[in-house]
Amino acid sequence: MRNIATLRDFASTVRSKNAGVDHITFDIIFRERESFERVRDAKVITPEVVCRLLRVTPDRLTDFVVFEPANAIKFTIRRERPSGSPGERDVFGSQQYAPLLDLEVP
Amino acid sequence: MAEITILCPTGHLGFTPLEKASFLAGVELKPDVIVADSGSCDIGPYPLGADSQASPEAWQRHDLEIMLLAARRLGVPMIVGSASDTGTDRGVEQYVRLIRDIAAQHGLAPFSLAAIYSELSREEVLSRMAAGARVRGLDGRADADRALIERTDRIVAVMDAQPIAAALRAGAEVVIAGRASDCALFAAPILNAGISEATAYYAGKLMECASFCCEPFMGKESIFGRVAEDDIRITALHPGQRCTPASLASHAMYERRDPFREHVLSGYVDMSQCRYEQLDAKTTRASGARWVPAAQPMAKLEGAGKVGERRLAIVGMRDPYMIANIDKAIAWARARLAERFGTPEEGGWQVFYHLYGRDGVMGPMDPSPPANPHELGIVVEALCSDAKRAEEICALAARNLFYARLPEVKGTAGAAALMADEVLAGKPGYEWTLNHVIPVASATELFRTRLLTIDGTTRKAA
Repeated sequence: MRNIATLRDFASTVRSKNAGVDHITFDIIFRERESFERVRDAKVITPEVVCRLLRVTPDRLTDFVVFEPANAIKFTIRRERPSGSPGERDVFGSQQYAPLLDLEVP
Repeated sequence: MAEITILCPTGHLGFTPLEKASFLAGVELKPDVIVADSGSCDIGPYPLGADSQASPEAWQRHDLEIMLLAARRLGVPMIVGSASDTGTDRGVEQYVRLIRDIAAQHGLAPFSLAAIYSELSREEVLSRMAAGARVRGLDGRADADRALIERTDRIVAVMDAQPIAAALRAGAEVVIAGRASDCALFAAPILNAGISEATAYYAGKLMECASFCCEPFMGKESIFGRVAEDDIRITALHPGQRCTPASLASHAMYERRDPFREHVLSGYVDMSQCRYEQLDAKTTRASGARWVPAAQPMAKLEGAGKVGERRLAIVGMRDPYMIANIDKAIAWARARLAERFGTPEEGGWQVFYHLYGRDGVMGPMDPSPPANPHELGIVVEALCSDAKRAEEICALAARNLFYARLPEVKGTAGAAALMADEVLAGKPGYEWTLNHVIPVASATELFRTRLLTIDGTTRKAA
């Protein structure tokens, strides 16, 4: 079996959380500068990757930024409905990051 | 050079009780002010819309008591904002009552308290709109119109540091504020110390969630801030925590779209040039923020409106054929609902099937829902303006899965497992109707401050 490195092996924090009531923001943070640069330079996480992975149209990806001071990549997605509305699934937006963990890092 | 020290014990007062040991360690350092935020939009629209608290009063009282006793003993101000989760007038009144009770219980000598109210009536907003104010939608929302305001049950405006700073200058030793930007609670005493907006709001942004800006991850532990012009030093107080450049920088981007800007009523802090350096094992220094004043100050409005009464039912499924065909079963159930109650639009009802085990957490955003989960836990959520009808709709939505007609069901005694054949009464459903801003002429015009004296000695004697 091939042992493929994934984001979970490189990032120290992978989280999602409300950014206001209409958005969920995702933070991928690296403890080591080296890991951050490797993931950044290999383009493991790009706007296209995010939209494909989370099955959202590009217009719902409202922000995408490589945040150097924190060794972090950060992006934000507009919710289908405001947080806590009837039918909503994650009031805090805190469990939407899971699929990122399995992104392969070449 | 001006310097001020701040102790912050919790990022959401009352949400879970604060940890006392690290707070008392911070009190030993004799802070100039004790500050905590007590509200959030994260708890969803229900508390604001229904004007109820999300935290148990016993925990709120626990936190307020620890903070008040320390602040009075040190003789320093205490600032609490977004009182009782929502920052509505109810929340402010409740916290003033709790402060009064705690003062009486401990026989505290008289002190001055400022209550700052930030609730706005629908009529107030509508009359400003009639006078030409544009209530601009944030985050891609449309501007507010009359219909949107009318279906909003409760509105709060979000203050910046100005009303709080004014209350402190007027002599308030305890400030209980309505809805406020978290960072503003910290910025107010920093501004009064003669330090710039850039440093004041930036320090507030770094400190607002207490120990969340330190590592390893711990909630409800205290942190200590030493703030001078362009020189913010944050220290972790829990013995097992450190404040590091990484933990502080990563907190600066927490729960916000834009990691570089913190917006408040009077302007925004530009954090794009901020620098972080480790000073000692537990302390990190931050600097480099810039303040950009707003050409037109804009107050954020938060509002929530009721959607309907809400009922819930729990249904399990184990038959692999039913699980494989769950979408068809749901479509069948929905068709039966529409026969009886009309379409959702006609009948004024909504039903949601939350499929735990497949994509209950992420819904359509889930990239890999399993095709054949071993079992499914289904939460049926029904809404209707009439409570009895919501109950009936929910019961039928759940039982229709039990009776779902699919061609090859072998379990002809029931196509689903009812955890219990009952409908649970949920809290009414609300939605965030307002996430908007309204222009204001001054940073204080929407907010009302009441100064009163709390004398814990009189009631004890009585």
